[in-house]
Amino acid sequence: MNAERHGWLYWQISDAAVLTVRALRHIPRNPAVLVFSTIQPVMFVVLFRYVLGGAIKLPPGVSYVNFLMAGVFVNTVAFGSFTTGVGLAEDLQKGLIDRFRSLPMSRAAVLIGRTLSDLVRNFFTGAIMFGVGVIVGFNPQGGALEVLAGVGLLLLLGFVFSWIGATIGLAVKNVEAVQSAGLIWIFPLIFASSAFVPTSTMPAGLRAFANNQPITHVVDAVRGWFLGTPVGSHAWISIVWCLGILVVFVALAVRVYRRAAASS
Amino acid sequence: MTSEGTRPAILAEGLVKRFGKTVALDGLDLEVAAGTVLGLLGPNGAGKTTAVRIFTTLLEPDAGHAEVAGLDCVRDANRLRGQIGLAGQYAAVDELLTGRENLVMVGRLYRMSRADARARARELLDQFGLADAANRTAKTYSGGMRRRLDLAASLIATPPVLFLDEPTTGLDPRSRLAMWDRISALRAQGVTLLMTTQYLEEADYLADRIAVIDRGRTIAVGTADELKRQVGGERIELTLARESDLALAGRTLEPHLDGPVRVEDDARRVSGAAAEGARRMTEVVRDFDAAGLRIDDLAVRRPTLDDVFLSLTGHVAEEGEEAAA
Repeated sequence: MNAERHGWLYWQISDAAVLTVRALRHIPRNPAVLVFSTIQPVMFVVLFRYVLGGAIKLPPGVSYVNFLMAGVFVNTVAFGSFTTGVGLAEDLQKGLIDRFRSLPMSRAAVLIGRTLSDLVRNFFTGAIMFGVGVIVGFNPQGGALEVLAGVGLLLLLGFVFSWIGATIGLAVKNVEAVQSAGLIWIFPLIFASSAFVPTSTMPAGLRAFANNQPITHVVDAVRGWFLGTPVGSHAWISIVWCLGILVVFVALAVRVYRRAAASS
Repeated sequence: MTSEGTRPAILAEGLVKRFGKTVALDGLDLEVAAGTVLGLLGPNGAGKTTAVRIFTTLLEPDAGHAEVAGLDCVRDANRLRGQIGLAGQYAAVDELLTGRENLVMVGRLYRMSRADARARARELLDQFGLADAANRTAKTYSGGMRRRLDLAASLIATPPVLFLDEPTTGLDPRSRLAMWDRISALRAQGVTLLMTTQYLEEADYLADRIAVIDRGRTIAVGTADELKRQVGGERIELTLARESDLALAGRTLEPHLDGPVRVEDDARRVSGAAAEGARRMTEVVRDFDAAGLRIDDLAVRRPTLDDVFLSLTGHVAEEGEEAAA
């Protein structure tokens, strides 16, 4: 034991690093997760690009595939939060959370480990989706810095949503329930947004919601950066939304974690 | 009682824990002297797992006081966690990590240095017969191997106090014996150990003292011999040739006993406590013969913990998973 040799912060970081490495090791050893988290977005690309896209009216000058991909990327990282929730629900069911909670370790490390490793996984699934987009005709016009900004915002959104997923996973404690719960909050947010269609054709009430919810701001910012069109206030509004949600759900997730008891 | 003057390594005083309307612990008192093994025995839902969860800081009690190694389970929770190891009935290992990675991870979380954690992991993998499987993911392990890995993980930081929650539930006999072996070795090393079990022979074999709990309270404490003595001396046991005779056999035996008659359908057996059993047996056999009951086997024996349980709680210890707690 050498707990006394280092300070509090050292051990917070050390614990988080140990558990991040743990969760990163899961990625190559459980490739099914990576495969399944790309299947749904690939299907969306095919569905919207080739089935529905032709019927969707856009302002002149933008091809639908270029419009679509920002929505696909946001959809991909949003649904990536399932993995965080499912992973934690499994840890709970298998008694691992009990073990961790009985150790003299940081109370947030398990959550940080999961969310950080899911950030890395989101990067990989995002890269795969970028390739898929290029294959179906996606042609980003933005500069290198702008594309980088877009990738950064996507990863931030994915990280924030992972904390929502973590809170749900620890609260409902059941893998299937995590997936249903995820659908309930993610689907409306994604579809009542500018992810796949312009919001201008929505009825007034829905349009007001769509235009002011975080997903639309993130999609519009990412779309602007990738396509080299003006981003306007969407960038900073997105970041404020993300940081706000992050603060709330980090606090909630840690609170639920402290109380989490295996559902045996 | 426990060792003179020194503070017990594990102490509970009037512990109360409720889950909604269910009272899991109803004023539990418990004491484990340093360096001894206490077997916590009780039927399903008696509160065994809840007690362990309070001692290991996973739950906070609604009332009462609990401490481990002189540290309060609520106020000093974080320091306490550095003094304990926990191995549970769910074999809490990460299936996607190798045996070695599991142990090093837990060691690091106990705040051991990387080198210490690695060295200790190697030592434990050898001791627990997992050296050959050390670099395989735990997913590929048998149930017995997972339990051993789980126990090894709880020992990585050599904690002075260990909690084992039903360490052998669901294991095949060979794996159970291997676990008993490891637990006996810990006992020889002077670790303070609290283990819950539903297997009476397990407590009899491994524990220095046994606490019997039922409905969230301690109803008896002592060595296995002391508890058996409480039940009274000898027991008469008769195995019947025909299952249909059991009811009549029970009624015929009852007047000869000092306590309730126990009827086991599966074993076609009736039994009960009877002081000076050998002398009474003659009369019992005469009565059985007169009633036309055919006896396959008969015995006068010392009581088992099963008998202790029956006489203390009025019901037989049941096997199976403990209810959610």
